[in-house]
Amino acid sequence: MNAASPARRLLLATLAAAGLIASAPARAGDITFWTWRQEDRAAYTELFKDFTAANPGINVKIEAFEAANYNTIVSTALAGGKGGDVLQARAYGGLELVAKSGYYLPLDTTNVPELANIPPAALAAETLRADGRVYAVPFASQTLGLLVNKEVFAKAGVTPPTTWAEVATAGAALKAKGVTLIANGTATPWMDEIFAAIFTNPMLGPDFVADLQTGKASFSDPRYVAALTKLLDIRAQLPDGFTGVDYATGQQLFLSGRAAIFAGGSFEIANFRKQNPKLDLDFIAPPAPTAGAPQYVTRFFDGGYAVNAKSPNQADALKLVRYMATPAYGNKFASLLGNISPIKGVVITDPLLAKVSALGDTSMPYITLAMFRFESPTGSELMSNAVQKMMGGTETPQQVGDEVTTGLAKWYKPFQKN
Amino acid sequence: MRRQGLWIAALLTPAALTMAVFVVWPMLGAFRYAFFSFNGLLPADFVGLSNFVDVLARAPFKAAVFAALWHNIIVFVCLMLFQNGLAYLIAYALLKQWPLHRVHQVIVFLPVVLSAVIVGFLWKLFLHPLFGLVNAALALVGIHGPPWLGNESTALGSLIFVNGWHFLGMAALIFLAGMQRIPQEVMEAARIDGASDGVLLRRIVWPLVAPAVTIIFILTFIGSFNWFELPYVMAGLTGSPGGATDVLGLVFYRTAFGSVSSGLQDFGHGSALAVLMFLFIAVFSAVALRFLRRREIAL
Repeated sequence: MNAASPARRLLLATLAAAGLIASAPARAGDITFWTWRQEDRAAYTELFKDFTAANPGINVKIEAFEAANYNTIVSTALAGGKGGDVLQARAYGGLELVAKSGYYLPLDTTNVPELANIPPAALAAETLRADGRVYAVPFASQTLGLLVNKEVFAKAGVTPPTTWAEVATAGAALKAKGVTLIANGTATPWMDEIFAAIFTNPMLGPDFVADLQTGKASFSDPRYVAALTKLLDIRAQLPDGFTGVDYATGQQLFLSGRAAIFAGGSFEIANFRKQNPKLDLDFIAPPAPTAGAPQYVTRFFDGGYAVNAKSPNQADALKLVRYMATPAYGNKFASLLGNISPIKGVVITDPLLAKVSALGDTSMPYITLAMFRFESPTGSELMSNAVQKMMGGTETPQQVGDEVTTGLAKWYKPFQKN
Repeated sequence: MRRQGLWIAALLTPAALTMAVFVVWPMLGAFRYAFFSFNGLLPADFVGLSNFVDVLARAPFKAAVFAALWHNIIVFVCLMLFQNGLAYLIAYALLKQWPLHRVHQVIVFLPVVLSAVIVGFLWKLFLHPLFGLVNAALALVGIHGPPWLGNESTALGSLIFVNGWHFLGMAALIFLAGMQRIPQEVMEAARIDGASDGVLLRRIVWPLVAPAVTIIFILTFIGSFNWFELPYVMAGLTGSPGGATDVLGLVFYRTAFGSVSSGLQDFGHGSALAVLMFLFIAVFSAVALRFLRRREIAL
């Protein structure tokens, strides 16, 4: 089939209208950068100023799109032979979908020598499994754990829980003071996937991940079912009517001090600080199953910067991506956006971010994202839906495990022999 | 005569071209995609009817599609009974021209002018378990309201209620227009014969507003099976909680375009589902229209 047939181009053009209208023709020497982070436009403007100073004549024009529609806009624009010269790309399965269509330029140390600055785990998140090539420069690692409102705990004379036993006692003590321990509800499915990962990972440990890879274990494994069963206990610590409490409400309950903990990612830190500059914020690891057991946080890579394979300004685009893989960029990126850059040699000055980075030394992968987002149905869509039902009381932990395993067995080979 | 024909053609051409280029062509494109497998975002091989079979008969699509179809059917039946039933009664009350009936007419019709997105956000706030107006009102009379949109048992019902609140006025207005066309003498004659309101509504008004019933039936049918905005705004792309509010429109969108963090884009299966939805709605509407038109004459 001819990819550039008029019907196809027309359909894609219609779908990508928003994107294409926004990208006015660029002047010679201009390259465009596409991002889903509208809120980071100012920071990127600042970052690209340094680039232009070092590379006179190359100006970077930022096009920011709504995150929810970003994938659709980018993929349709790329399919129509358009799109930014440098594009923010998703990681893992989200990257594969675009990369295997040939829309991103493969990167290696010959065209981007600075890739040597980036650890293999981060590069793996931006690698296409089929050809083993890297397609984007990773920009941040994210850590999932518990964001703590220290002031609320101090006022109630309670310390944040480090074990499951302490979760119950801290929850009861706070409830007596009219404060909810955990702000999260379950109305937003993608947060349920994160929520489940945060609390179950310390109970599962790295052995479980290895067993998933070999097919020795599936999500029906007693270890996983036991972890989900324990997760049900946490319902007592959630806001009243938690099945109807969505992501935004959970954030507000936490920011306003009506709840003491928000289970979420390090990507919340900058946003929380902006919304409530007086917030006395801490980031801790989720509770361990027993005292003294490792408190694993969940760590993953967020996305990367890719070069449009059809960019007419490829040489300049590569220059920009090379700059985005330098420690100088990483340092400024981390300080402006409060994200942890994976680039070697980046110094984190913010004490809270330094703590998050240190917690990352005892980490588990974000299993459903890193292993199960490559084909349909994805582990994420299965897990978020099933966990939401379980928390609402209409499915048992065993049913969740079986449902996710059966769904994934359609394409995940290690599960097919079970 | 020929000159006039040329004029008509000249005037119609821009609109016809626009329709052809921006509606018909993309639709044909989607139709063609339905017969291809996709490798990432590029059409790969011609697979015949395989995508259609997948969507209707194979996991993981089958379960989602039929669960969603069932919800669409529930929505249609409930809207016909409750939204349109109530609209029929309201239209009759407005017909009686009681004091302030003009004000009421405006009030009943007012929500129709709001966009579905605004209505969705508004009611999402009203139904919020912690800050919502509905549960606050219930608390005044000592009732602890549930998280309406968070319970699998109340979520779809809540969405249907909101849709009813939004479009009640439209149905009422169409019924009212139909009722106003009934000759006064017919109504008066029936009243002189001692017909009560109940009898009038069932025996006189109902058969005579048959054309209005046809319009409302067809519009409600298309609206129910194309339902998207309200569930998308209030329950999200996955038909939260746990798929309790999942409808065909959401399944289509998720399949074709993916969702932010979980689903992958799959234009082949998405297009197949879109084609099936289009055929189902078009064929059923055509058959229903034929039947309802005959009914109008028979009555």
